[in-house]
Amino acid sequence: MMAYLLRRLFYAVPILLGVNLLTFALFFMVNTPDDMARAHLGAKHVTADAIRQWKVERGYDKPLFFNNSEQGLGKLTDTVFYDKSVRMLVLDFGVSDDGRSIGAEIRQRAGPSLMIALPTFVVGLLVNITCALLLVFFRATWLDFWGAVACVALMSISSLFYIIAGQFFMSKLWHWFPISGFAFGVDGLRFLFLPVLIGVLYGIGSGVRWYRTLFLEEIAREYVRTARAKGLSERLVLFRHVLRNGLIPILTGVVVVIPTLFMGSLIMESFFGIPGLGSYTIDAINSQDFAVVRAMVFIGSVLYIVGLVLTDLSYVWADPRVRLQA
Amino acid sequence: MRTLFACLGVLLAVLLSGCGGNASGGLPNSPYPSHDARANIYYSSFSERPKHLDPAVAYSSNEMTLIAQIYAPPLQYHFLKRPYELIPLSAAAVPQARYFDQSGKPLPDTAAADDIAYSVYDVAIRPGQYYAPHPALAHDGEGRLRYMHLTQHELAGIHSLYDFPQTGTREVVAADYVYGIKRLASPRNTSPVLGILGDYIVGMKAFAAQLRAHPGGGLPDELERTDLAGVKLLDRYHYQIRVKGKYPQLLYWLAMPFFAPVPPEADRFYAQPGMAERNITLDWQPLGSGPYYLSENNPNLRMVLTRNPYYKGETYPTEGEPGDRAKGLLADAGKPLPFIDKIVFSLEKENIPYWNKFLEGYYDGSGISSDSFDQAVRVGNQGDVQVSDEMRKQDIHLLTSVGAATYYMGFNMRDPVVGGLGERARKLRQAISIAVDYEEYVSIFANGRGIPAQGPLPPGIFGYRDGQAGMNPVVYDWVSGAAKRKPISEARRLLAEAGYPDGRDAKSGKPLLLNLDTTARGPDDKARLDWLRKQFAKLNLQLQIRNTDYNRFQDKIRNGTQQLFYWGWNADYPDPENFLFLLYGPNARGGTEGGVNSSNYDNPEYNRLFKQMENMVNGSQRQALIDKLVSIARQDAPWLWGMHPKDYALFHGWVHNVKPSQMANNTIKYLRIDTALRAKERQHWNQPIYWPLILLGALGLLVLWPAWSQWRKHEQAVALQDDAS
Repeated sequence: MMAYLLRRLFYAVPILLGVNLLTFALFFMVNTPDDMARAHLGAKHVTADAIRQWKVERGYDKPLFFNNSEQGLGKLTDTVFYDKSVRMLVLDFGVSDDGRSIGAEIRQRAGPSLMIALPTFVVGLLVNITCALLLVFFRATWLDFWGAVACVALMSISSLFYIIAGQFFMSKLWHWFPISGFAFGVDGLRFLFLPVLIGVLYGIGSGVRWYRTLFLEEIAREYVRTARAKGLSERLVLFRHVLRNGLIPILTGVVVVIPTLFMGSLIMESFFGIPGLGSYTIDAINSQDFAVVRAMVFIGSVLYIVGLVLTDLSYVWADPRVRLQA
Repeated sequence: MRTLFACLGVLLAVLLSGCGGNASGGLPNSPYPSHDARANIYYSSFSERPKHLDPAVAYSSNEMTLIAQIYAPPLQYHFLKRPYELIPLSAAAVPQARYFDQSGKPLPDTAAADDIAYSVYDVAIRPGQYYAPHPALAHDGEGRLRYMHLTQHELAGIHSLYDFPQTGTREVVAADYVYGIKRLASPRNTSPVLGILGDYIVGMKAFAAQLRAHPGGGLPDELERTDLAGVKLLDRYHYQIRVKGKYPQLLYWLAMPFFAPVPPEADRFYAQPGMAERNITLDWQPLGSGPYYLSENNPNLRMVLTRNPYYKGETYPTEGEPGDRAKGLLADAGKPLPFIDKIVFSLEKENIPYWNKFLEGYYDGSGISSDSFDQAVRVGNQGDVQVSDEMRKQDIHLLTSVGAATYYMGFNMRDPVVGGLGERARKLRQAISIAVDYEEYVSIFANGRGIPAQGPLPPGIFGYRDGQAGMNPVVYDWVSGAAKRKPISEARRLLAEAGYPDGRDAKSGKPLLLNLDTTARGPDDKARLDWLRKQFAKLNLQLQIRNTDYNRFQDKIRNGTQQLFYWGWNADYPDPENFLFLLYGPNARGGTEGGVNSSNYDNPEYNRLFKQMENMVNGSQRQALIDKLVSIARQDAPWLWGMHPKDYALFHGWVHNVKPSQMANNTIKYLRIDTALRAKERQHWNQPIYWPLILLGALGLLVLWPAWSQWRKHEQAVALQDDAS
């Protein structure tokens, strides 16, 4: 297994370099360093001198990929791409174009993002699987039918509707929770309930339908019939055997998401005033802050690769027949 | 499975425990700690995190809202008087200019601007002003700065500025103002005003070049050591600024944080290794001598300002405009400022939660978005604007003011079709000016929040004229005591005279196609652009919309390749020069960086009169010149004059001393909150309603009961079947 992991990590290096190169090329295809300087210096009284000075201070005065004025390796290393990308491979993200430490910002924002994303993910998963198993238990009854109808209805509604309706009823009309805001510690729980509840509700429709389909496929297998023949109750058949054997497709969809929970949710964090990572990338794109954009894309790629590796590892845990080989 | 359900139950129980209000049993929907319910705090919001809080760099309005409360520049605008009047803030008096010729000989105040080589301003500051508490000014027992030359070991437990246990202060001295001005030229700051101030302050450009040439240029020691010719320290409480020629607008700049005092200790403290990595910089943690200091800095959540305990000597104004006393705006005359202990700015990116929190009483004031306009405001038959009945019930007050800004549509005067000062193009522009009905635009797209512009100057700026004298005769007629847009037939006549009868080129017969460059792409923008096409269609002109991203749009403007475009301008200071220079030929933007004349208008007569008017003192002579300038511009019509926006703001009844100001940003110190009334109203408006919980529970049972029955039936059915077989 170690050899397999090493191989996967080795593969990750060219992938990350490729992602980095692509991000760099796409960003600078749309924005020039002069555009970035103007975006940061504002619309008023900006002089050519100020733009030049801004680029010098931040190292954007060099050529993007290839520096003809340098000798030897310097042709490649004395460039914006080298300066801005190589340090990132050792997780040194440097500072944003407005001078703030990106690492410090990410550390500060990851916690609040997780505080929303993790309970939403865990509670959502439990609720979805439980509801799906119940629908499977009541398969071919009116409960199954109306449950499926409810799922289709729930998944047909935009997430914005859930948020606005949740805020309207539970905060504005009934005054149960703050409409938005955030606090650390125990006092912060009252800020989390509404976004978590809405996040779970929003995911029920599609989640339950997906898991129900998986379990229905599983329940038709012969080992289930055998379990029943052994006299096991339907509850044990479903929650012990069907669930366990249906884990592989569940893990495929679920484990890969776990590391990316750090990245937060743009809409949820925006509407509920959660100071997370959700809007960090969007804000950076809007303000043409390349340093932040490349750092966030890089972290997203790393987390996704970690998620894929974890998924592979989880197969081994879920199904003893699976072996990871280099 | 039981474990899973148990975990779920515990989690829900924990979450629900939080639902019952905060620790001290406050209102469950309150976003604030309950112990703050009666505290003397002003609650506001911000929608975009500030990029800079360094007084040398911060310029945008969201940044100014914060740092204007923290820094105390020499001057400020009178809170109540209109037109805007400069009064001392940290200065002892408004400095008077002394004029000198090229040989250094003093000139009288009445000297012609052309004869004046230098103007000298001696600034006296008030003794006894102190900086807000800050670790950079903390001293140890031996009188040395406590947190200077910190080692990495000493910084190990420091993650933010608030982790330094000790703070200190010291008196503000004139040298701090000189140092603050020098910082504007530092290559480490890239100040947005270096370009414009470098044109006026003697030696500023050379000073900036000198700093750039040194590797350590911009570091505190270098800044202190290097002389700036135009700024001189006279003694502990006096300094001098020397500017080229006559530049009375310098006084307006002295009312901005760019000229606030900065202690060199602050820069030395922040320049220590390890500080920037922790985001501990002056750009992020200001150190000022204003009424408040930044006590919590989390731009992802909230920014909190706390009263500077050392701020003394400023009192509420004792005089204002006629009518201010009747409005209660002089009730606190002579009382020491500030009234409020703490200001909490919370991040609100979305309108819906922001607006609802205001209605719940958790924000003290609010703007009005277009979504909530109908709920908030009622427009009468006469166009009078009042708060809606719903707002009145909550004792919410509306304040309106016309912004010191103008939003216009410009013609590129270098364009071969619409540009130039020739008769043909001028008539074409005049025809379009008549056809595009800005009264309709304001009514449809701005909810009436604006006034159609008659020229480049907005109301409230010296030189603006109201009524018939201020009407644009190219576009309007004076009918029954009001300006009325000329009929479309007049526009068609002008168009025909321009060589485009019925919208077609008289020579080629081809329809005239005009291009509008814009970055507008949203659904709201589509309606606006469709409306605009219809306005052009009144003259059978075809308008092609050329959508582009902001960078490419800027490129077009900079290169002068646009034809028609939307643009706007917010005043830096309340002087007509700050608007009329938008049409001054040498300021043309096309082909240059930093020009403000985006339409590239260049009329020699306008340019000549502008230079005369530019540095004059307000008076009848200046008014006469402004009238001429505006008249020339109206005839040439380089802009569709567009509109001046109106700002609408709502405040709860417990907020006192509110007066809109388009210029001053440091007005929170004048506000007073009736905290007892606020607490009472919040209690009244936000009592939780729990019956829906019972209803939801009952609905849940309605679903669960048949499910449970079905479960039992299922289990029993299997058992019976087995028995039978």
